Amino acid sequence: MASDEGSHYIELCNSPIKFEPISKQNNVFYDDANQQVFTVRSGGSMGVVVKGPNDRGSITFRMEDRGNVNSMKFSPDRRILAIQRSPKSVEFINFHEDQTTDTSEYSQTCKGRSTEIKGFVWTNVNEIVFITGNGAEFYQINPDKRSLKNLKSLNLSVVWYVWMSRPDGGMLLLSSGQLANALQPVYFIQGSMLKLPKFEVDLPALPKQPKQSLLERDVTMAYIYGQLYIIVLRHQPRPGAVGAEVVLYMVPQQKESPAKKTNVLKLEMSGRFAINVVDSLVVVHHQASKTSVIFDIQLDGDSDGFVTNHFPVVSPLPIKPFKMYLPTLNIQQGQDKMEYNCELYSANWIVFQPNIVIDAKLGCLWSVELKLEPLVTMIPDKCRLVKFLLQRQKSKVVILDVFRQMLMPGMQVGLPVISRILDMLNDGYMQYLDQEIQALAIEPSSQQDPRDRVIIDQSDMYTNVFAVFEDNSKIPYKFKVAVLIEYIRSLSQRDIPVQHYVYELLINTLVHNNCFYQLHQFLQYHVLSDSKPLACLMLSLETEYPPAHQLALDMLTRLATANEEIIEVLLSKNQLLPAVRFIRKAGITDTVSSRKFLEAAMNTLDKQLFFTVFKFFQQRNIRLRGSPVFHPGEHCEIYVKHFEELFGTDAIPQSVAVS
Amino acid sequence: MSKPGQISLLSFFIFNPTYGPKEGEEHKKIMYYYPTNVDIDTKIKQVGLCEAIITFTRTFSDKPCETLHTQKTRQVYFQPEKDFWMVMTVSVPFSEKTKDGQVSYEYHEEDVQDPVMEALLRQSYRMFTLFNGSIYYLLQKFDNNVQTLQTRLDHFFSRYVLTLRPVSSDLLDVFSGISFLPLDKNTYLKVQCFINVLESTFQQVKYTAFLYNDQLVWSGLEQDDMRIMYRYLTTSLFPAYLEQELQAAGMAPSPGTRHASTSNIGSVHYGKFVTGPPNVDNPKNMGKIPRLYVNTEEENEECLLLVYRALTASVCLLINSQHVVNFEMCTKLDQFLGQQLSNLASEISEQYSAKRPASSSMEPMYKYIYFNHMNLAQKSTVHVDSKKSSGVFVSQDTLKLLCDISSDLQRNNQDGETFVRTLTDCWVVGKKSDQREMVVVINQKNHNLIEVNDEVKKLCGLNFNSIFFQD
Repeated sequence: MASDEGSHYIELCNSPIKFEPISKQNNVFYDDANQQVFTVRSGGSMGVVVKGPNDRGSITFRMEDRGNVNSMKFSPDRRILAIQRSPKSVEFINFHEDQTTDTSEYSQTCKGRSTEIKGFVWTNVNEIVFITGNGAEFYQINPDKRSLKNLKSLNLSVVWYVWMSRPDGGMLLLSSGQLANALQPVYFIQGSMLKLPKFEVDLPALPKQPKQSLLERDVTMAYIYGQLYIIVLRHQPRPGAVGAEVVLYMVPQQKESPAKKTNVLKLEMSGRFAINVVDSLVVVHHQASKTSVIFDIQLDGDSDGFVTNHFPVVSPLPIKPFKMYLPTLNIQQGQDKMEYNCELYSANWIVFQPNIVIDAKLGCLWSVELKLEPLVTMIPDKCRLVKFLLQRQKSKVVILDVFRQMLMPGMQVGLPVISRILDMLNDGYMQYLDQEIQALAIEPSSQQDPRDRVIIDQSDMYTNVFAVFEDNSKIPYKFKVAVLIEYIRSLSQRDIPVQHYVYELLINTLVHNNCFYQLHQFLQYHVLSDSKPLACLMLSLETEYPPAHQLALDMLTRLATANEEIIEVLLSKNQLLPAVRFIRKAGITDTVSSRKFLEAAMNTLDKQLFFTVFKFFQQRNIRLRGSPVFHPGEHCEIYVKHFEELFGTDAIPQSVAVS
Repeated sequence: MSKPGQISLLSFFIFNPTYGPKEGEEHKKIMYYYPTNVDIDTKIKQVGLCEAIITFTRTFSDKPCETLHTQKTRQVYFQPEKDFWMVMTVSVPFSEKTKDGQVSYEYHEEDVQDPVMEALLRQSYRMFTLFNGSIYYLLQKFDNNVQTLQTRLDHFFSRYVLTLRPVSSDLLDVFSGISFLPLDKNTYLKVQCFINVLESTFQQVKYTAFLYNDQLVWSGLEQDDMRIMYRYLTTSLFPAYLEQELQAAGMAPSPGTRHASTSNIGSVHYGKFVTGPPNVDNPKNMGKIPRLYVNTEEENEECLLLVYRALTASVCLLINSQHVVNFEMCTKLDQFLGQQLSNLASEISEQYSAKRPASSSMEPMYKYIYFNHMNLAQKSTVHVDSKKSSGVFVSQDTLKLLCDISSDLQRNNQDGETFVRTLTDCWVVGKKSDQREMVVVINQKNHNLIEVNDEVKKLCGLNFNSIFFQD
């Protein structure tokens, strides 16, 4: 189905976690905090199997059948298993490192006679919260003593709750009120419980209908672009409005202010929806149409100053269909496994945050994944496409591919677009470099970007884009130069030092097309930053373009660390006197090798010049050592001899008459 | 035209000795002759004399004869193309002296400087080729019809000769350099990118040059083409345009912001065609579009020159004459250029004005002319402005001295320095390092040689610290 490849941008991972499907004897639980599926056979007496994408192997154990299990979850370190069988208490089993269990359980009942436990969540290693109809009870567990200690309690009449765990704790959202639309976020972090300001979700007022209360299944939480959002699905937002929408409430970093409605995602469909968050994109699955749409809250959208409205990034498309080998039902045919076309958007699907889809009947757990390549052709606006891709993880290859394509003959886009895209790429590159510098300034390892952004640096651009298009003779050189100049402009405006290889590429392109005067002007305006390699490159161009010599010398002068090179250049041109004047000006007469100068002077066959240079160094010797004689280490014997041959021995003062 | 006794143009002619080798056909040699009102015999005599001198001197040197000095005149010879000779004669300035009641004339031969005169002659040839292509190109184009060539030469030179001003020509004419606008890297890159987008949007545009006021920022043309076009722009096209604008401004209020009324606020721009349609709302008037011949990619490439200006920034678009420049294209160009060029111009002017006060606050006691043979970059604080219309800060004698020092330095291939003290106790210093030259006038009467040397070093340190300029 190669032709179908391009028309799906959402797929389920191809190695799902498989577990025994749900049945009369077999109970299945999913713990989204640890991403583990529990299959419990006959209340645990026939064995419990725990599997998850983050676990290397599965955990298998048996436990006593003490009645119907409502829920079970491991502590974050997988050392305590909490099981809820009754509305009044939760039982615990300690696990050893080798995953063997203590034989006996211990338990904790909730407070108050009429209180019922709606559920529990692990907030940390050895910390657990019971959510009851009357609020939340926060406990610390001592597994050695097999006892729990109540740390804190919260009193609130709870209708339902939503939990989202984080590595350092988690966020609990308690719903209360008649319509269950008063939401109380409670933030847990090691040993402490923090109440955030309560807020209300506005419910649509429909004429002649009682207000529908807010349902648990319509509320989730997720991190989008490193920011926590409460995601609320509204089936009928306004009277007369067609199509459901998803409302995002941003939970502010500052704990004082309440969550704020910031974004509305227009679905333009109605029916049953499920929401995932993949790579900071909100993915909404629609069961009736069997399609999914993606929203990017950073892409585009119109804002009224408070709330930004978004439409799907691209039109809705189904999840990529796939086949699976599953145990066959017809054992008669002698095959134990058969290929099935998996049913997508099945009624048996349950969706968990952030990106989990479970089909309990099939016994599969998938993660929802984004396919970037098909999106390339679906978003024709290249700027929008790159902006979208830049926000994705693992999009580097795709972006470089897109950019390379944009430069190819026949598919070339205009320079203004290239310019804007380069600016986008380099904005990210600059931020990254700034962070690197800041990370150096403060102590290492303290600062870590939670999201690894795609960074496209100069070597990426060079190897993947520029080196490729340099060799393409079908691209006019003017375009190549224009793109390179755009790139240099973009970097330079962001104060990013341009790497030598980028300059080299520009210079080569100009030189191969005989655009020396253009190159000259670039250097004149310091478009190409000074460096020794660049100066050497210029020197090598001298035969083709004589002014390159002057440009190279100027550059070496500006570098201020290239005295040696300047001397070499001057001597190689037989510019003895300028070289001597240069060392005198630079104050390095005492340290330079006189042999180099004398050799060059001898080679000019200019007697007078040789005399002058020779005398100059003799005077230096006098100043340094009080004698005109060259130091033996300088190996100047042959030049002394040459001098004697030319001018006679008398011309050399043997000693100086200074007392 | 000029006061008696001053240097003035006596004659200017072009001839080809091969066109009339036989006796009685001498007049055929003359391609162009100024002044036109002399009789044919004088013309033939003059041309014949020059031919004789050229042929005679050839026996002594491989190099053709350059100038002829006489007591009252100076004649300059230049052979721009095979067998074609250009000759210019100027009068040597003189002063009247009364001695014993008798009036005698004293001629100041040294006041006519050969390099300057040669430069004028060379420049007039280059200017001709800029608008017509080379002579042999013209001959080829018109099937060796000499008469057409004569018409062309006459058409061009009859007006050009009138603009020749030997009196006010000086070292700058010898250098014939280009003044570059100092600009920081990022703004320069913006200009670059702007031009790249322009050239990729309008594929007909083959070469582009960008100027701010009279200073060059970018040239897509080769150096030699740019040199002569720069000359044309800064000495002829721009001054004429500005004068015309000034007159228009006197008659009608706010001429620049014609877009203010037609488009919404925020997109007011000041763009206008200097050559091309004077008004983009009037499709009937295409204006004048000069035809130029450049040698950047091929010899004698015929191009049309559209110049567009916003505030004080100008873009010169050279369009190969194979393409049609029509009104529609001009409107598109106007739409593309107007806003962007206005923005760029104001960005440059911000940077320009930010730099300005520093230089004017301290009145330097020296004036200098700098020239780099490699990129033709030229800078003068001797002249009030680059057009030389507003005069110079130094005396005419000193100005001549500058030229003499410069030609001395050039004749001697070595790097070096020359120090001269003038009769008015002014110091004039010439320096040459590699391909760069500088002549400085230092107005410090009491300085000795060492102090002057230190002054020059200071000046170099201040102005030329970023280049390899030896002292």
